Parts: sequence; structure tokens; C-alpha cells
Amino acid sequence: MKRSDLILAGAVLAVAAVILAYQFFRQDSGEHLVEISVDGEHFGTYDLTDEQTIEIDDTNRVVIEDGAARMEWADCPDQICVNHRAVSKNGESIICLPNQVVITIVSPEESGLDAVAQ
Amino acid sequence: MKNRAAYFGVLTALALIFSYIETLIPIQFGVPGIKLGLANLIIVIVLYKTDWREALLLSVVRIILAGFIFGNLFSIVYSLAGGFLSLTVMVLLKRTDRFSVAGISMAGGVCHNIGQLVVAMIVVETYQVGYYLPVLLIAGLITGAVIGAVAGEVLKRIRNLSFQ
Repeated sequence: MKRSDLILAGAVLAVAAVILAYQFFRQDSGEHLVEISVDGEHFGTYDLTDEQTIEIDDTNRVVIEDGAARMEWADCPDQICVNHRAVSKNGESIICLPNQVVITIVSPEESGLDAVAQ
Repeated sequence: MKNRAAYFGVLTALALIFSYIETLIPIQFGVPGIKLGLANLIIVIVLYKTDWREALLLSVVRIILAGFIFGNLFSIVYSLAGGFLSLTVMVLLKRTDRFSVAGISMAGGVCHNIGQLVVAMIVVETYQVGYYLPVLLIAGLITGAVIGAVAGEVLKRIRNLSFQ
């Protein structure tokens, strides 16, 4: 290991720490919405406190329960999104790359919506 | 020079075997995209023993073959993006002559993850994927350091071997 190696490692760690700190302190008011998009297009916004199951175009199924959202089923081969832990914190997301489905937790201020249609 | 094709074949096979071994190691951190990068070991060694053209060719051949055998079209695109960025940075850093194998490999690991993340951002058209960035940075650093340490030891022991 040379000195430059350590500087490089330190720099990367510092960047990671700054982003982590930002993510940690940015949270959060407690109220959350679940935003789902398909192919970059907005699919729907749901309340995280409402227990429900959402079918997305026959390719994915999202379940919201216990104040967290998770991908219950997906027709893709890799199943990475299904194995992903449930998300509940602001900014967290589950992404199903093959189907281009993104589930994101947002705070009501950020979502830019006045109300959620039930 | 006459053995070049033979060496390249052996190295390609070795890289593919490492790709296969990697599919046997189940790592689930709750964050997609983290893996050891065993095949990168071969790329780093080739980069040091021959030149960047060989390393680039081997990297592309390895990714496409491994993608067809173990992955899918998506994994090929992600790996190519990560592979190109990682190799470019490794070549440039190596030219400065200020880094050891471990440092080069760490930079490669980190950049591989950044490249994949950028493609993921483009594919799903959302910046939310960036949420994974810190975890992927640290993961790239650790796996890169491990691979770099091994590559350094291997290079020490095959000093007299020429791949040309």
C-alpha cells in the first residue's frame, strides 16, 4: 500500500460518509407516501399507513403493511426486488430493473400532491 | 508473441470460471449489485502483465460470455458500463505510477459500481437509485482492496511469466 492508495480510500470513504450523513439527517417527518413509477412514468401514489396490495400491469405486486412497502411478487427472472427488504424510510426505494418498476418512499412535501386518491 | 492467442484463451477461461464461482456465492445485502468481482482479479493481472488493450478485450469478451451464460441482456449492459469505467480509471491511475495494485483495484471496484449505478439511473429514469451510492462506494472499496491484495501477491509470484 502506498500513501496515494490510502488517500484514495479515505476520499471514497469520506464521500460515502457525507452522503450517508445527509440521508440520515434529512429524515423526516414521519408521514410517508409510496410512489410507484413504471418505465419512468408515474403509476400511482399510495399512503404508507394504508394496508393494501397493488397490482402493477400483471408484472409486479406491491404489498403495503406494517408501515412498510415491499415487492411481494415479480415475474422477472432475477427476483432481486422480491428479495429486497421492505422500505419505509424517506428516499428508500425498491427497483425492479427488468420491468422498470420503481417503488420510492417520499414525504408528502416532496411528492407535490395535494391529496392521495383512495 | 506466438503464444498470445493461447494465453488469451486460458485467461478468458479463467475469468469465466471466476464469474461462475461468483454465481455460486450468494451475497444478499438487501442492496442489489454487490459482488466480489473475482473476475476483476484476472483483468488487473492482465493489465499489469500486458497492456490496457489486452485487458479491455478480455474484459469485454468475459462480460459478454458470462452475460449470456449466467445473466441476461440487462446484466451485460450493466457490466459493460461498469467494466469500461472501471478499466478506464484503472489505466489512467496506473499511468500516474503513484498507486500500488491495491489502490488501482480499489479505484476499479468503486468505479465499476458507479458505472452500473449510472446505467441503472438511465434505465429506470430516476435518481432515487442514487440512494444506494454510499453503500456501493464502500462495497467497491472493500472488494477492490481484497482483489487488489490478491492480485498483488499473484503478480509477485508470476514475475518471470510473460503472457506475450
